[in-house]
Amino acid sequence: MTATEKGRITRISGNMVTVRFATPVMQNEVAYILHGTERLKAEIIRVRGNLAELQVYEATGGLSIGEEVEFSGELLSVELGPGMLGQIFDGLQNPLPELARQCGFFLKRGVYLRALDGHRAWDFTPLAKPGDRVRAGDRIGSVVEGIFTHFCMVPFALQGTFEVVSVASPGQYTIRDTVARLKDPDGRIVPVTLSQHWPVKIPIRAYAEKLKPGEPLVTKMRLIDSLFPVARGGTYCIPGPFGSGKTVLQQLISRHAEVDVVVIAACGERAGEVVETLKTFPVITDPRTGLPLSDRTVIICNTSSMPVAARESSVYTAVTIAEYYRQMGLHVLLLADSTSRWAQAMREMSGRLEEIPGEEAFPAYLESHIASFYERAGVVRLHDGTLGSVTIGGAVSPAGGNFDEPVTQATLKVVGAFHGLSRSRSDARRYPAIDPLISWSKYRSFIDAGEKERAHAILRRGNDVAQMMKVVGEEGTSLSDYTDYLKAEFLDFVYLQQNAYDPVDEATTRERQEYVFSFISRLLASEFTFGDKDTALHFFQQLRQLFRGWNSAPWQSPEFAGAEQEIQALVQGRVTGG
Amino acid sequence: MQKFYSHISQIVGDVITVEAEHVGNGELAQVTTRRGTSLAQVIRLDGNRVFLQVFAGSRGISTGDTVRFLGHPMQIATGENLLGRIFNGSGRPLDHGPDLTDNLAEIGGPPVNPVKRIIPNKMIRTGIPMIDVFNSLVESQKLPVFSIAGEPYNELLARIATQAEVDIIILGGMGLKYDDYLFFRDTLEEHGALSRSIVFMHTAADPIVECLLVPDISLAVAEHFALSGKRVLVLLTDMSNFCDALKVIAITMEQIPSNRGYPGDLYSQLAARYEKAVDFEGAGSITVLAATTMPGDDVTHPIPDNTGYITEGQFYLKNGVIEPFGSLSRLKQQVNAHTRDDHRTIMDTMIQLFAEYRETREKQAMGFQMSAWDRKLLKYGALFEERMMSLAVNIPLEAALDLGWEILHDCFTPEETGIRRAIIEKYWPEKT
Ligand SMILES: Nc1ncnc2c1ncn2[C@@H]1O[C@H](COP(=O)(O)OP(=O)(O)OP(=O)(O)O)[C@@H](O)[C@H]1O
Ligand SMILES: [Mg+2]
Repeated sequence: MTATEKGRITRISGNMVTVRFATPVMQNEVAYILHGTERLKAEIIRVRGNLAELQVYEATGGLSIGEEVEFSGELLSVELGPGMLGQIFDGLQNPLPELARQCGFFLKRGVYLRALDGHRAWDFTPLAKPGDRVRAGDRIGSVVEGIFTHFCMVPFALQGTFEVVSVASPGQYTIRDTVARLKDPDGRIVPVTLSQHWPVKIPIRAYAEKLKPGEPLVTKMRLIDSLFPVARGGTYCIPGPFGSGKTVLQQLISRHAEVDVVVIAACGERAGEVVETLKTFPVITDPRTGLPLSDRTVIICNTSSMPVAARESSVYTAVTIAEYYRQMGLHVLLLADSTSRWAQAMREMSGRLEEIPGEEAFPAYLESHIASFYERAGVVRLHDGTLGSVTIGGAVSPAGGNFDEPVTQATLKVVGAFHGLSRSRSDARRYPAIDPLISWSKYRSFIDAGEKERAHAILRRGNDVAQMMKVVGEEGTSLSDYTDYLKAEFLDFVYLQQNAYDPVDEATTRERQEYVFSFISRLLASEFTFGDKDTALHFFQQLRQLFRGWNSAPWQSPEFAGAEQEIQALVQGRVTGG
Repeated sequence: MQKFYSHISQIVGDVITVEAEHVGNGELAQVTTRRGTSLAQVIRLDGNRVFLQVFAGSRGISTGDTVRFLGHPMQIATGENLLGRIFNGSGRPLDHGPDLTDNLAEIGGPPVNPVKRIIPNKMIRTGIPMIDVFNSLVESQKLPVFSIAGEPYNELLARIATQAEVDIIILGGMGLKYDDYLFFRDTLEEHGALSRSIVFMHTAADPIVECLLVPDISLAVAEHFALSGKRVLVLLTDMSNFCDALKVIAITMEQIPSNRGYPGDLYSQLAARYEKAVDFEGAGSITVLAATTMPGDDVTHPIPDNTGYITEGQFYLKNGVIEPFGSLSRLKQQVNAHTRDDHRTIMDTMIQLFAEYRETREKQAMGFQMSAWDRKLLKYGALFEERMMSLAVNIPLEAALDLGWEILHDCFTPEETGIRRAIIEKYWPEKT
């Protein structure tokens, strides 16, 4: 360690301080403001002449001109290793439960704890042996982290090929212990531990190649999986006005999606919502593993009243952790709520830097930052041939609920699927309030493409009739048009809508979706004979009621079969020609 | 450490600049002018130039006046002695009682560690069906009332406050009319709640900057009580005045506005206050109800828009009633599963049917023929408005649920309601 370089504060404006320095500094270097006994973390975000501008990851109350600032020579990094699953970190990877034990009810400024428990012992199994030639990301050994085999990998920062000199024998090791020694071509020895550091703003690329996302990621939300699917390794966004159901949808997906690991980035939103996740996940059993959901979840929590600069870094912390688990050949889902708060954090900083503002005062680089964030998603083939993926789903909170704003627009340019929530649907309690008329997906659904297209057509047709009825009234609408309208409404009510608070209906497996979708498809393709509109309406009301019961019946239970029969009986009486 | 400075080099809006050294960001100062003394707060430091926001406004400040730095940020007395008292926006007594300096607490303190919060689970009963049945209020919730000026939002806040079972009520008035203040005081008194209330009042006649302190002071005092196990209800009215004060300061400081002149950090500023609502693990709670008047009845205006993204729902007050559409309690599902097993069914069904009723009303207004189903909906809508929606209704939740079944029964057949058969069998009224 060289003697740390120091500078002095010359200006303080909100969470930005300007520091005069004498020795070289680096863009995005971490620095600490020395305020009495406190050390406040900050990051260099602009350098001009001998002045560096820093965003401070803490409240700046009490700081004064002339106070010393220590430069660390390091980029903002996270520690990656076993023990992250089940954890709750803030945007800088401080473990919040440990912080609560040390500091009580409130987040104490300037307290930074080690992200991973340095005392916990892990059961290590070596995989590499002396003489092996390895490169960044290759597996040296493994430990068991809950339900996963957690690989100890050659540090991602190492460039080139290394020779394994020694590997620890099986046994108990902490993340501080050296478990292997590598030798570079010049004969220098590099020790390897169970954990490594990585700068959050740089993608981890220790894999062979990045592939095109194809496999559907089953979320168990019917509207998504059947009509607007997400692919493993793909990206999607959920823009919607406040209260339209973005968070509820993300919470449902975090519980039910078929992935190995879920990383939740609660970025600038309500603390209460995170509390719900962090208190309930340990007691909800994951049906696939039989273990608590928290065992496969990492929560990054930088809620709206926590420091704004750390909010900006929280999404990077989250995606870095997601990439790390991808390196182990796992399928990871990153849910960010809300990317707009991250964008706003950039805007606040940009304003303090007095940069020339773009639209709605967002900085000109907004688009490129959003694009490079989503670019970190993807399916990759690791050097040993296994596949891993990071899927990113970002909530967007457009000002005024208007999708024509910069963050939504910049996001739509880069994502593979768009789940647009509408105020009119959420007001009418049609949940999930994803508007099927504006949403789209570039990914393939497990539903037959033709059947899927017919469902879209029914919904569009129903909407056309509904619009027309607003002008000509029900009496001016033909019985056949009216029936089309009722069919679309029916499809919406019994398939697109899903009751998040019904233990069965809240999640629908792929198998059940395929079955029910094709059932409805056939039903809606039939020709019905109705004497008049009232009869038609009454029929669909009855059908809807029966279907609701069906949706609440467990898959392949006697109730399920019973409800299906009743529906069939009702339909039989109405169908011409079948 | 007391420092006097008298080089006021700039006065712009309510922000003055003085040359001084060793001043802390956010520190409090006292500005003494011929008009008297005012508190001021450091909002920016640039070399030896200190920018201060003067709470009493800059009117009458001369370049030769003195500024004395107090060496600490804004503080407020806390504790039992405040009960029954009335203060202004800077925490000075307005009721001729003694100035309080006990248990000083800093305002705008650090955020609560999320892991020390608990999931809210206690319903606050209000006797208002539009709240209790459709959008239950929950202890520790933060919830604004959105309305245009002139709607009875203060009456609604006062009614909830007096009916709710809480230990302490804190009223933070921003730009409050004196009449409104008297109304609150009389209502609290009538219900014997004045002695467990504390008022921080900034009136429409007071300097605009002073209203910036009201939420922070109110919430700092609330936090102190909550930590000692008390259940506190904080009423903030009107938060739009707070936002406008933020806008004024931002413009004075030449910040680039993001939307209709409001600063880009409006969201973070509001969140810092509303997020003080909390249910502490092993201690008390803070519930925040706020009034947010919407310029032009426009929810997309930056004030209601940013508020809605922060709070846990909102009550939308329009034409003297709580509108079912646009109103939302996001915490309702934490409590409405444990009230009565038909609660959620009644809530969902009645609202969906009411939405259909509204569509029928539109059709009717356009002169279209009414079908048999339309006529049923019209009957339903009228009953719903009269017996459920009116703010004159004051009945317990259970009675409101029974009433809901009665209305459905009077208007529809069971299948028309779309309710699952198991629930119909249990609750559908027998009578003809
Ligand atoms: N699928 C659903 N089923 C039932 N209710 C829902 C559903 N989705 C949303 N809601 C209702 O809407 C409320 C708001 O949803 P949510 O918190 O997800 O909105 P949001 O879009 O995240 O809003 P914000 O942008 O303000 O965070 C919920 O508290 C719940 O009452
Ligand atoms: Mg949300």
